[in-house]
Amino acid sequence: MNGRLLGILADSFPKILIPGLTRTIPLTAISFSLAMVIAVAVALAQFAGVRGLKQVCRFYIWVIRGTPLLVQLFVVFYGLPHVGVVIEPFTAAIFVFSINEGAYSAEIIRAALESVPVGQLEAGYCVGMSYPQIIRRIVLPQALRTAFPALGNSLIAMLKDTSLVSVVTVTEMMMATKQLNAIYYEPLALYLETAFIYLMFCTVLTKLQSWGERKLSVYERREAAA
Amino acid sequence: MTLDVAGITKRFGPLEVLKGVDLSVAQGNVVAILGPSGSGKTTLLRCLNFLERADGGSLTFDGERFDLAHMSRKDILRLRRKTAFVFQSYNLFLNKTALENVTEGLVTARKMNKADAVVKAERALERVGMLDRKDHYPVQLSGGQQQRVAIARALATDPEIIYFDEPTSALDPELIGEVLAVMRKLAEDGQTQLVVTHEMNFARNVSTKVVFMEDGAVVEEGPSQGFFENPREERVKAFLQTMERTP
Repeated sequence: MNGRLLGILADSFPKILIPGLTRTIPLTAISFSLAMVIAVAVALAQFAGVRGLKQVCRFYIWVIRGTPLLVQLFVVFYGLPHVGVVIEPFTAAIFVFSINEGAYSAEIIRAALESVPVGQLEAGYCVGMSYPQIIRRIVLPQALRTAFPALGNSLIAMLKDTSLVSVVTVTEMMMATKQLNAIYYEPLALYLETAFIYLMFCTVLTKLQSWGERKLSVYERREAAA
Repeated sequence: MTLDVAGITKRFGPLEVLKGVDLSVAQGNVVAILGPSGSGKTTLLRCLNFLERADGGSLTFDGERFDLAHMSRKDILRLRRKTAFVFQSYNLFLNKTALENVTEGLVTARKMNKADAVVKAERALERVGMLDRKDHYPVQLSGGQQQRVAIARALATDPEIIYFDEPTSALDPELIGEVLAVMRKLAEDGQTQLVVTHEMNFARNVSTKVVFMEDGAVVEEGPSQGFFENPREERVKAFLQTMERTP
């Protein structure tokens, strides 16, 4: 590898990493947190069979899962300003990612809620608990344990999908790399460097996921704690 | 405490599962419900705790009369807090330790403070011989141990009556004894119990009264003494003979 290329890589590394830390990570963290709130609410509304709300939830999931994320971004970022609703790019990205991920995760959590044996609910009733108490203390904790690996997957997928927001003018890692490439014209080296940084981020998430799974599975281990 | 059920009916679609069952349980009594599979025993028990909603009939609990077809949510919750239920498949809360399983109904449902609940729960676990396993999760316990914890969970709430739905049917034969021993001890302590069971020895030796159900109706009932020796109904005789032959 020649010295010029090494120089470019060294020079561009922080210029890609910093947007990663200030844009990619916050966008992922904020959107995913909001998505979880949406997902739990949407999953519970369906699980509890709240009249009227259930249809609304199905409609939401149908629309979001049936349309591409990129199209959703364009609708919010380019479409809405056309009718006078102008949203700042980063906020628009958070909005779209939360709504999008909320729909997918709602399905994961709904399936997990339905996998909790009905006897758990009945036992709750029989010790005198109310439905909301049973959901909060018994059913939801077990469902979230079941859903955790799948949600971890979604989080990792979302982190990578944030590269799409470069097309709506958010300067995250992908956008930063494009700009650097316009200066140096070293596409292979620069995009590989970006890929490497994504890989590092995802590795950390993977580690966090297995740590979380171990933490959560404490009640599934056959041998008792000493 | 007295429990009186009159004319309880329940259908699942075209199937009439309970055809007007009457039943009474007096304070301190242990009433065993016997009968072949599909006779409606379990459904009857589940209707009494509103896990199934009866179509008709009335329930008198401690002198207070309820119309089973028109129960308010508040009354259901109130009645459930005076009773307890032990399931065939234990149904311990899988994400809670043995101790937490017992305190849950006290702290969450009855708003007892945590320290008092722990004292009470430990006493209940001790009564079923499970205090040394209080920090184990259900998956770390045998079936018999899980059922004993389930009985402790029932006991801790000081229920006026405990409903048992075939509490030993899911257990390996060698684990049945430990659960029956606990139930026998409760009976000696005067705990009112209504027990759906296939354990003839328990029905004969521990229960005070036996109710025989078939096809959604009570066929015969009477004090357990004498019931096994001289059943009046041919169907009951035939059933008892089959049960005696199976080990």
